[in-house]
This record gives sequence, C-alpha cells and structure tokens, in this order.
Amino acid sequence: MKAKDVPQEMSQIGDGNRRACYAQDEHGNYVVVRSIGWHVEDVVNAQAHVEIDRAIESARLEVLSGVSSPLKYHMLRRQMTVGLLAATTGFWRFTVSRHLKLKVFDKLGRPTLERYADCLRMTIDELKRVPATQVADDKRA
Amino acid sequence: MTRQFPHRHAGHCESGTVSALLRDRGLDLSEPMVFGIGGGVFFVYIPYVKMGGIPLIAYRGAPGSIIKLCFKRLGITTRRLRFRDEDKGMTALDGLLESGESIGLRTSVFWLPYFPPEMRFQFNAHHLVAYGKEGNDYLLSDPVFEFPVKCPSDDLKRCRFSKGLFAPKGFLFYPAQMPRNVDLKAAVRQGIRFTCSRMLGFIPFLGVRGIRFLARHIKKWPDKYGREKALVNVGSVVRMQEEIGTGGGGFRFMYTAFLQEAHKLLGVNAIGEAADMMSDTGDKWREFAVLGAKACKGRETCDDVFDELSKQMRALADREEKIFTLLKATV
Repeated sequence: MKAKDVPQEMSQIGDGNRRACYAQDEHGNYVVVRSIGWHVEDVVNAQAHVEIDRAIESARLEVLSGVSSPLKYHMLRRQMTVGLLAATTGFWRFTVSRHLKLKVFDKLGRPTLERYADCLRMTIDELKRVPATQVADDKRA
Repeated sequence: MTRQFPHRHAGHCESGTVSALLRDRGLDLSEPMVFGIGGGVFFVYIPYVKMGGIPLIAYRGAPGSIIKLCFKRLGITTRRLRFRDEDKGMTALDGLLESGESIGLRTSVFWLPYFPPEMRFQFNAHHLVAYGKEGNDYLLSDPVFEFPVKCPSDDLKRCRFSKGLFAPKGFLFYPAQMPRNVDLKAAVRQGIRFTCSRMLGFIPFLGVRGIRFLARHIKKWPDKYGREKALVNVGSVVRMQEEIGTGGGGFRFMYTAFLQEAHKLLGVNAIGEAADMMSDTGDKWREFAVLGAKACKGRETCDDVFDELSKQMRALADREEKIFTLLKATV
C-alpha cells in the first residue's frame, strides 16, 4: 500500500485519535503512516455494535415488563456475560443467573448489591434503575 | 519522578510494547523487527471454537507469544510476574516504577479511560508500558495511541485484574538484563524460519491451510447460518483483519516492513523479492476487506458474493504459500 492510498476517512475512532498503518513512502520503504479512519472499519464495527445494542435493548424491555432485573441490563451494557460477571464478582454463575430475575433481585441485600455495583462501576441507585426510553448507547462507560 | 519516555506510535500493541521496552533500555529495534522476530504473521481459523458465537479467527499467534519469543531469540532475560492479590500487584508495580524501570503490562481495554467508548470491548490481552507515576495517575505509553497517556490508579487496577478469557492476573514483564551484544542476524533468521514452518504447517486450521479452510467454509456460511448471521461472521473476519490493531491488511504490511529490514540486514535477495510479494498480498487482503464490508452493508446483493470472497481468499492462500516456500528455501 502506498502512503497516499492510506484511507483518511473521518470515522468513529474520533477525538483526534489516529491509527498507525504501515505503507510505502516514495522510495518504496514501508513506514508508519497515520490514518484517521477507514469506512471499512466503520462498517464492521457498527455491525458488531448493532448486535450488542440489540441485546441491551431487549433486556431493557424485559426489565420494564417485570421479567428480568436491571442487573441484566447493566451487565449487557458493560458487554459482560453471566460467566464474566460471576468471575468478576466472585459469585457462582448459578447465583448470578438467579439474580437476573426481577423477583430474586428485589430481595437482595445491600452487601450483594454493593458487590455488583462495584464490579459494574456504578452506584446502587443506578444499578436498580433502567432508563424509560431507549438510550443511544454511545456512553457505555 | 517524571521522565521522558521514547514513545512511538505502533500498529500493534504487543510488538509496540516490546519495542518500546527495548528502546528505553538502549536497543533500538523497530516494531516490525520485533514483530518479525517474535513470530510474524499467522492465520488461525478454528470453527469449533466460538468467541461470542463467532468462529475463532486470528491473523497472529496467541497473545503473549511475541513477548516470549522475541525476548528469547534476542537472548534477553526477562522478569515476568503474576499476582493473586490485587493490592500486592499494584505495590509491586509502584516499587519497580520507583526504581526507574519501564514495565510492560497486560490489561483489559474495557476500563481504560482514554480509549474511545466505541473501541471498548471486553478483551483482556492488550499490552502497554507504564513508565512513571504522578500522584494517583500512572504515566502510560500505550503503543497504539499517538501520544503518552495517563490513567488513574483505580482504573488501571481494574484493567490489570479483569477476569474472563486471557485474564491478565496482573501480568507484568520487563527485560531484567540486557546482553552486551545481540546477534540480530541470527534472531531474524530464526524468526523467518519460524514463520515459514508455522504458515506452511500441516494442521488444517493453521497457516496457509487455515486460509484455504476458511475459503471453503465462507462459501457455505449462508446455507449453514442464514444470510444475516453469515454476514456477521464475514464482518468479524474483516474486523480481526483491519480493526484489532494490525497496522493494516491483517499484519501483512507490518510484515513487509520487517522483510525489507531483514533484506537490508542479511543481504539475501530472495527476502527482498518476498517483501514485494508480501506488499502485494497485503493489498489483496485490503481488497478482500472492502468487498466484505460492501457485503455487510448490503450493497453487494448478488448471491455469489460469498463465492467471490471465497475465491479471493483462496488466491490469497496461494500467494502466501508461494512467499513462504520461497523464504523457506533461502533463509
């Protein structure tokens, strides 16, 4: 790839971040050339995020209809699975799965909630709530 | 105890980290050099192992292998530590930084505050260099970023001790002793030979055979998974190739840079020839990515886009086979 062919298409990397690509300078030697983005990356990235967002949204609706606990919504928002959340909190997977049900979640004590809140990096109040409308979830952190 | 760190922007985190650690200790090896000596390009396709429902595809070796092999081939003794206790891990890091060492760390990317949110995934095998501490902030040289960054201690702790696949367990490493003189030529030869045998191996999931294997499967994906899921899979192939810190073209361009340097160092003409061929192959990988992205966007609606992808991939396998056969015969 020639240095002048390195795509410079403003993209999601955003915030003035640039990526190091390797490309040929005028003498044919490969050097680092900075790129602000490429539409191909954007397409496949967006595709991956659509999958994640779909799962988050359906969890949010489940919470509002009283099936799942807000924990499920927040877990997915952090791109975690039951296994990962279990490993992070130190609870068993089985226990975490149970806590994803609203009925069980409502009875949880403060220490348990604290542990989840800490691992998901939010306050207990935040952990107990989900937004009433769909969030354009670009503020994942 | 602030100090200047010779930060350099790199394509890939692991090779960039090793290169930075060596540079800080007076051995100036470029990132492609480290990448080439430490294993170089590869291809893995294992459909039976799924990550998030998507078949395992990689354009490089296992995380950590570049670190291990590169140091070994250069004859550099390293110290590698893991920690069970999080606080002990942080204290040990502080102690080392206090004594002026720059330290390689393995982290998750999800909790790093300076990562743009769109790029955050629960991925545990990111590498970066810590070179100092200012109050509560660690001074980091993250090779995939253009400039050095800062990270609060709490965030870094979370990243170093994240759980899940490839859990880093506070992994830190640094060269403990630098040898007086390094036999670079031997290391480069070793690196090239290693890449050749790995790419030309007989295991069907790996190297050139892995590429052919994927080429055969890609054709069948729409029937097997349905069109939508098949496109998600294609998207992830492209993502692994272009998005996950490869320097473009699934590490092929970075490897070209390495071959060019190796050509200058060893003076073997065949390596220069291989470099040119590798450069062209990188371009073809980019074409593959463009077609893949088009398919994902729904622009390419004809049925045979999967056939076309498969055909391109097979051509890539043929090209790479030729390159590595040539290299194997001469190095």
